[in-house]
Amino acid sequence: MSRGVARAVPLAPAVVLLALFMLGPVVWSFYGSFTNTALTGPTAANPEWIGFDNYIGLIGDPDFPKSLWLTVVFVFASAVVGQNVLGIALAGLLRSAVRPVRSIASTVVVAAWVLPEIVAAFAAYAFFHSEGTLNAMLGGVGITGPDWLYSTPMLAVVLANVWRGTAFSMMVYSAALAEVPPELTEAAQLDGANGLQRLAWVTLPVIRRSISTNLMLTTLQTLSVFTLIYVMTGGGPGTDSSTLPILAYQEAFKFAQVGYGTAIATVMIVVGGIFSVIYIRALRPEVD
Amino acid sequence: MAGPTTAPAPEKTGSQPTAGRRPAVGPMAAPGASVTRVAANLVLLLIAVCFVLPMAWVVFASFDANATLSFGLPDAATTANFAAIMTPELTWLPLWNAFVLSAGSGAITVVVSVLAAYPLSRYRMRFGKYFLYTVLFGTCLPITAIMVPVYALFVQLNLLDSLPGTIFFMAATSLPMAIWMTKNFMDSVPISLEEAAWTEGASAMQALRRVVLPLMRPGIAVVFIFVFVQAWGNFFVPFVLLLSPEKQPAAVSIFAFFGQYGSVAYGQLAAYSLLYAAPVLGLYVLVTRISGSAFALAGAVKGWRGGRQLSGTPPCGGRRAEPAARRASGRRAPACAARRPRRCRPGPRPCGSGPRARRPAR
Repeated sequence: MSRGVARAVPLAPAVVLLALFMLGPVVWSFYGSFTNTALTGPTAANPEWIGFDNYIGLIGDPDFPKSLWLTVVFVFASAVVGQNVLGIALAGLLRSAVRPVRSIASTVVVAAWVLPEIVAAFAAYAFFHSEGTLNAMLGGVGITGPDWLYSTPMLAVVLANVWRGTAFSMMVYSAALAEVPPELTEAAQLDGANGLQRLAWVTLPVIRRSISTNLMLTTLQTLSVFTLIYVMTGGGPGTDSSTLPILAYQEAFKFAQVGYGTAIATVMIVVGGIFSVIYIRALRPEVD
Repeated sequence: MAGPTTAPAPEKTGSQPTAGRRPAVGPMAAPGASVTRVAANLVLLLIAVCFVLPMAWVVFASFDANATLSFGLPDAATTANFAAIMTPELTWLPLWNAFVLSAGSGAITVVVSVLAAYPLSRYRMRFGKYFLYTVLFGTCLPITAIMVPVYALFVQLNLLDSLPGTIFFMAATSLPMAIWMTKNFMDSVPISLEEAAWTEGASAMQALRRVVLPLMRPGIAVVFIFVFVQAWGNFFVPFVLLLSPEKQPAAVSIFAFFGQYGSVAYGQLAAYSLLYAAPVLGLYVLVTRISGSAFALAGAVKGWRGGRQLSGTPPCGGRRAEPAARRASGRRAPACAARRPRRCRPGPRPCGSGPRARRPAR
C-alpha cells in the first residue's frame, strides 16, 4: 500500500493544479450561480444566497433563449456543417491533387488555423468589413456588398469560424482517408458505383468513427469560441451575434452581474460536460 | 485500421505519392479520372485563394503606408508601420509579457506533466484509469465557460492582476492535454532500458531523469511548443485576469491598440499583428521539423484522441509494467511493418514510437 502511495507522489503537482484551477472554478460556478455576486458594491464582498433566481431570470430574459439559439446556429453551421463538410472535401481533394497544389492548399488552410486567434479575428474583421476585401471584390464585379458585420453578423462569424477551424477537420479526415483500403473503393468502382456512391456507401462508413470523433471535438471547440466573435462584432449589433460565451462575459463584466454571468457559464459547462461524456463513452471501449 | 501511432497526421498526403499509387481501374476510368483530377486541382486552388485572402491583407497592409481594410498591393512598400509601433511600451513590453506567460506556463506544464505521466505510464495503478478519465474530461471542458467563475475565484484568492497566478492558471488549463501527450510519448520509450537502470540501483526518479527524459526529448519539445503556442495566442484568459496594461501580453495590448487606433492606423495594426504572429508561425515550422509531419501540431492535439480512435488500440492506462518486448511485438511492430516499412529504423526506440520520433519526411 505504501508503495502504491509512493508511486503516486509524482502525480501530486498535477492533481493540485487541476483541483485548484479546473475543478475549483467548476464547483464555484455551480455555487456562484445561486448567489447574487456582483462585480462591485456590497454584494461583491458578501454575496447572498438567492436560490434559483438567476436561472429563473435566465428563462425570463429574452436575451438568453436568443443567445442559446445563436449558439446552436453557430455550432451547427460552422462546426457540424461548415468545418466538417469542407474538411472532408478538402481531404478528399488533396488526395487527388498534384503535389504543388496539395502543399499550397494545405499550407494555406493550416496557416489560418495556426495564426493566433486575435490576429485571425482581425483578418476576418477586415475581410468582412463594409470597406473590406470581400466588398472590394464584389465591387469589382459590380455588386455593392452589404455591411456583413452589421446586416448579417451571424453569417460573417460562421464563415470566419469555418475559415479559421477547417484545418483541424481537414487533418483528421486526411488521416482517416489514408486508412481506407484502396481495394474497397476499387471493388466498388468495378461494380459500377460512381464517385458519389463510393463516397456514400464505402468511404464514409469506413471512416465513421473519425467522423463522430471529429464532430464531437469541433462542436466542443466551437462552443467556446469567444475572441473571433468578440473582435468581429462584439456580439452585436445589439445581441444579434451574442453566443453564450459572449453573453456570459457581458453579463458578468459589462453589466457587473457576476452571479448571473456564472449561471450562463454553468449552463455552458453542463452542455460541454454532456458532450464530453458522450464523447468519452464513445471512446470507452478503447480507453479501458 | 491504423497503427497505434498517436498522430493521424497525414504524412500520406504530404510525402507519399498517393496520386500515382492507384492505377486507374478499367478502360473507362482513365479519361474520367484525369478530368476529375484537373477539376480537383482547380477547386483546391480556388479554396486556397479564398483562405489566403484574409491573411494576405495582414501581410500587405503592414507594408502599406496608406493601408485600408481592403486587400490591395501597396503603392509604395514601406516599413514605416513597423517603425511606428516598435516602441517599448507598445510592443516590446507586451511581447516580453507574452513570452514570460508562455514560457512560464510551458515550463510548469512540462515539468508537472512529465512527473504525472511517469507513474501513469509505468505502473499499473488502481486509480490511474480514473485519473486519465478525469483528465480526458478536463481536455473537453470549454475554458471559455469557466472564465467567469475563474475571475471570481481569482478575486477570492487575491490573484487578480497577478502574472504568476495567470501563469499557473494557464499551465493548469493546458495540463490535461499535456499529460496525455507526454504519457503517449513516454509509453513509446521501452521500459527495458529503465529496468537496466533499476538493476544498477537507480531510483525511479533517477531513471526518469537519466534514461527516459533524454530519449523523449523531441516529445518534450513538442509538448512545450504546443503549450507555448497556445499561451502565446491566448487572448481571453489574460484579457480577463490581467488588468494593468504593463502586465498584459501582446494579445491583449494589440486588442487595446485596435480599440484606440484600429479605425485609423490599419497598417500599424497589421504590422503589429504580423510581428506578434511571427513567433507562432516559426514555432509551428519548428514542430514540423522535429516531428517530421506537416500536420504535427494537429497530430499532437488530435493524436491521443483521433489517433486512438482510429487505431482501436488500448492506450494501456496502467498497463505499463508489461515487458517492452511484448509491447513492441504485440502493438508497435506489426503496425509499422504494415504501414510504414520505410520509416522503421533500428535503434533503441521502437519504430512505432510516435510521429514525433520519426525523422522529418523529406
